[in-house]
Amino acid sequence: MSPPLLEVQDIRTEFSVSGTGLFQPKRALRAVADISFSIQEGETLGVVGESGCGKSTLGRSLLRLIEPTAGRVVWQGKDIVGLSSEEMRQKRRDMQMIFQDPIASLDPRMTIGDIIAEPLTVFEAALSKADRRARVLEVMDTVGLAGDMLNRYPHEFSGGQAQRIGIARAIITRPKLVVCDEPVSALDVSIQAQIINLLQDLKHKFGLTMIFISHDLSIMRLISDRIMVLYLGRVVELADKAALFSDPKHPYTRALLSAAPVPDPKTARARQRIVLHGDPPSPLDPPSGCAFRTRCPLAEARCATRVQELESVAPGHEIACEVVAGGS
Amino acid sequence: MTENIFKTEGLTVRFDTPDGEVQAVSGLNLEIAAGETVAIVGESGSGKSQTFLSVMGLLSKNGRASGKATLEGRDLLTMSARELDIYRGRDISMVFQDPMTGLNPSLKISRQLTETLEVHQGCTRAEADKRAIAMLESVGIPDPKRRFRMYPHELSGGMRQRVMIAMALLCEPKLLVADEPTTALDVTIQAQILELFADLKKRFNTALVLISHDLGVVAGLADRVFVMYAGCVVEEAPVDDLFENPKHPYTKALLASTPRIDTDLENLEPIPGRPPNLQRLPKGCAFAARCSVAEQQCREIRPPLKGIAEKRTCACLLVRAEEREPA
Repeated sequence: MSPPLLEVQDIRTEFSVSGTGLFQPKRALRAVADISFSIQEGETLGVVGESGCGKSTLGRSLLRLIEPTAGRVVWQGKDIVGLSSEEMRQKRRDMQMIFQDPIASLDPRMTIGDIIAEPLTVFEAALSKADRRARVLEVMDTVGLAGDMLNRYPHEFSGGQAQRIGIARAIITRPKLVVCDEPVSALDVSIQAQIINLLQDLKHKFGLTMIFISHDLSIMRLISDRIMVLYLGRVVELADKAALFSDPKHPYTRALLSAAPVPDPKTARARQRIVLHGDPPSPLDPPSGCAFRTRCPLAEARCATRVQELESVAPGHEIACEVVAGGS
Repeated sequence: MTENIFKTEGLTVRFDTPDGEVQAVSGLNLEIAAGETVAIVGESGSGKSQTFLSVMGLLSKNGRASGKATLEGRDLLTMSARELDIYRGRDISMVFQDPMTGLNPSLKISRQLTETLEVHQGCTRAEADKRAIAMLESVGIPDPKRRFRMYPHELSGGMRQRVMIAMALLCEPKLLVADEPTTALDVTIQAQILELFADLKKRFNTALVLISHDLGVVAGLADRVFVMYAGCVVEEAPVDDLFENPKHPYTKALLASTPRIDTDLENLEPIPGRPPNLQRLPKGCAFAARCSVAEQQCREIRPPLKGIAEKRTCACLLVRAEEREPA
């Protein structure tokens, strides 16, 4: 196998939050706890989990939009965590991001032509004005925006079109990796499908590598090659799409899959839903041992004693649960 | 068939805007029986929320409702504000999408829950406390006595939504309207709340209106479904029929553009374009511009909603009663 495009080793991101009282010391909130994975060129890795699981923080930490506290992010063989901000800026040409809120992520005072061209002014400053304009028009065409919209402002666009602008801005430098953070969750179903198909097309056309962050497993099933399930900052399961949907192993993944609504009343009535009780614990005060044990239907006494490490249960299929993996 | 407890006839909602009048809901006819769950499905701007905001007397200032919306024969639209106050919260109540904005952040849960009992049912404080705590327990809030004394911000999103549901159910309303009740919640919490609705329906025999954009949520809970597009109902059917054999091209397209967790799909079939501007609705069918089977007549004639089979209606010129759908 060729060396991975991106290899992440024990990445950890902590935020400092103020204590409960005025003079209490600050506490560390560990949003991403020692996550390791790698991604091959052309692959789409889905990162799924519920609010507060650290999926967005992970995505931003990889591009160092949030500085990771520890760990290594090896990009094409080189650790980028220690790079200076100027060196990092040059790397960002190859690593772009698409955000959830398409309108809020566009500067309201810039025309969309300028927004889309901005990465070029940073990375290809030598480009003539005419060439730059040609590149902008070309990428607008690729994402399905009419060229005559060049001089309009973001507020004139609907959510779906604004997301196309965000995508055009992300791919104009022809990046190798695009991190998509909930790119369609703010959109209506019919528009959501347009954007998902556009991302699929771009992936095939340019051989893009994608990290696709979402809370929605049905979108994951469409777009991902491999899926990583997070719970409270840790990976609980990592598997190929087919294995994850046909044979989920971790109790949390199983609950998540069974809880997702199915647009078919007969299936919905027939299937057994695993309803988890209680809420996810606070990341400020995670349970000892396995963070999921407080809601887990399989929890045993030993789950409280140590943090679960990922272990392989089948080729390419890892879970962090000794109860299931050990086959008690 | 059981008697309908709630009915709208020609319910129309208009808004005055600086750019002219907008018709958000056009002539909606809907009936619902006790214990029945009716879902209203549509995308943003389809009018699904405005319908019931108008029924609840909660339209924004520039909005007006016309037509009829009767709860057990009494028209809620023509009532004075004072009269409406008697029914609202007692016979008809509503649960909103965002539980944080639905609750008053400066009042404890206790006060927000007992108010409705004291106002509508003349309960004493002690009695109201007792009933409210019992209701918190029946909507699945652990340790209800302690939670009762908390402020909304001290609860998680799922807990707040349970409090909202408890509040809506306290007077055992005949009709409960839930507007995107799980959209702001995580999947595992959503599953808990949907389970709760299914359970409450059985226990209280409440008629439930579920307003949602999520076909998965609708499939799991509804008995009957209304599909709305650009302010109009385009299709109405029992839930199994709608998902198994959708008739209106918009319903079909919506289903084809929905990602599925239970099957591997190669690709989605998105609906091209986007919903029309309500200020400039086309002369004919509002969906014609995005419809894959539209003909010339669709652009000229607005299709009426007509019966096409038992308990089914559809607003499409190309769908004939009890016949095959267009190829």
